[in-house]
Amino acid sequence: MTLTYDIVGGDFTRAGHPSSEVKKVLKQLGIDARTIKSIVIALYEAEVNVVAHAYRGKATIMIDDTKITMLLEDEGPGIPDINLAMQEGYSTASKEVRDMGFGAGMGLPNIKKNTDELLIESEVGKGTTVKMVNFFK
Amino acid sequence: MSGLPKYHALKIDEAKCIGCTHCMKSCPTEAIRVINGKAVIDHERCVDCGYCHRSCPTNAFYIEQDDIQKIRNFKYRVVLFPSVMIGQFPEKISENQIYSSLLKIGFTHVFEIEQPIKLLINSIKEYLAAQDTPKPVISTFCPSVVRLIQNRYPALTENLLLRKAPHDLAAHYAIERLKKEGAGEDEIGLFYVTPCSAKIASVKSPVGEKESIVDGVINMNELYNRVMKIIEEGGPEEDTSSQRENLTRDGVLWSLTRGEACHFGSRSMAVDGMHNVIRFLERLEDDQVHGIDFLEMRACDQSCAGGILLTGNRFMTVERLERRAKRYPAAQSINKNQIRVDTAVLQKKLIIERINPKPVYIFGSDRTRAMDKMNKVQRIICFLPGIDCGACGAPNCHALAEDMVNGKAKMSDCVFLQQMWEDEGKIQTGKAYRNLEKKWGIDRFKADCNKRGRRNEGF
Ligand code: SF4
Ligand code: SF4
Repeated sequence: MTLTYDIVGGDFTRAGHPSSEVKKVLKQLGIDARTIKSIVIALYEAEVNVVAHAYRGKATIMIDDTKITMLLEDEGPGIPDINLAMQEGYSTASKEVRDMGFGAGMGLPNIKKNTDELLIESEVGKGTTVKMVNFFK
Repeated sequence: MSGLPKYHALKIDEAKCIGCTHCMKSCPTEAIRVINGKAVIDHERCVDCGYCHRSCPTNAFYIEQDDIQKIRNFKYRVVLFPSVMIGQFPEKISENQIYSSLLKIGFTHVFEIEQPIKLLINSIKEYLAAQDTPKPVISTFCPSVVRLIQNRYPALTENLLLRKAPHDLAAHYAIERLKKEGAGEDEIGLFYVTPCSAKIASVKSPVGEKESIVDGVINMNELYNRVMKIIEEGGPEEDTSSQRENLTRDGVLWSLTRGEACHFGSRSMAVDGMHNVIRFLERLEDDQVHGIDFLEMRACDQSCAGGILLTGNRFMTVERLERRAKRYPAAQSINKNQIRVDTAVLQKKLIIERINPKPVYIFGSDRTRAMDKMNKVQRIICFLPGIDCGACGAPNCHALAEDMVNGKAKMSDCVFLQQMWEDEGKIQTGKAYRNLEKKWGIDRFKADCNKRGRRNEGF
């Protein structure tokens, strides 16, 4: 099963829509609560990253019997140094974004904590692709 | 811990139901379908919030109660009612008039249930202080919210407060006090006056309990009528203040919004109204709420002042209760001598066992099959028009798709699909029309100028 969502850069008011939809589906599938929580947190953080940094993006969620694969592709400035971005507290978010309570530099580390597989590819000036996989118990 | 079988007091009178979809659309748990022109409640999903009852233009919903004559079977006849009941009466009517009328009806003891509320406050504080208590603690006061969490937010059941509600406190308190006065336990009849269908369900089949301690349930609107009649006929007004000696300001306010929350934790929140509760639980489940110790959640807007069995305006009820509360002392000022029974015995009774989740929205326990159903839902959705009209008998297109994969509905239930099929010559007009009649009842579409459900009805 595949679900797709468009993400608009800069629109924090709508952040969280894909993760709550995905949550509904996973609950109906009877996936255990802890796994769902991790997935929702990771997806939400990844989505907020797109909203905070990119111009626009797309989330593609694929669910099968054993796992969920979440692909977030955005058009944006890209990440120059992914290793640096993975460090807790590191953030390039603008002051406005931080004032809204986002962009504390916990995004990527938090995603890493909550996913089984994480792959980030980025090209400066073009955009970033984040692929996350979580396996069901 | 499963407790007694799930009891529902809320019923639909088929003779009055016109199958109009109002209730189905207002149900926050998608528990109602219209089948053969009549609304039907799925009792697994229903959480007894009463939103359907409120939205019904023909008063087809009713709430089962016990016959008040049942009190005659007991020597000691105790009426237990929440303070909120007093708030409905016009201000010119005194507490003494109301209490005296209840005695005249045949009760021997009149107890407002929120006393001695201090015991419950202390017990909840103790629960909150324990090291291993998962935060935020969610109050178990409103039975609708508890059921909602069991059904739909299974992971949050561990946050549910493991303490009883005031009606249990009062029931045990009444028993202990009467026993002290020499009553035998069999001679005592406890009758609970309920503000809503949810409390009935929780009294008759308490969550986390093995049996109900109450002997009967009386609907608050019924008792309101009886009391009003006695008062209007110039009924008695005796001094009944001795029956309220443990009533406090905090007790009077307990069932109103923030009535509980104001006592607990360094950070607490109160959420009222089912839709607000749902939205907040979603956030909580997503781990987006931090640092809150205690969460009070009530299904009704303005909490129990908005209960479906109350009479009058909920905001006026709140205002009257707030004024009444000012005349009473604070909960903590009540001392042991006043309580008159061994408080340790009561304290012990306030504890309930862990409350188990009962997820009802999952597509079965086999994941491959669930996945299969999910895929089917997604495919069906592509064909449905997304108008969410309810003419199929389900609250929205998505719910219809789910019913289909669960074998409870078919494609032709969608009136728009049928129409399209007719246009494409895939189904005969006569057959399509009969399908509609099957869903909505024969004669449903005949001209009838007295038809119920016309504009402005139900408002
Ligand atoms: S009581 Fe509430 S949950 Fe039950 S059918 Fe009515 S609206 Fe739905
Ligand atoms: S808020 Fe009070 S009246 Fe309303 S459903 Fe809950 S317990 Fe009943």
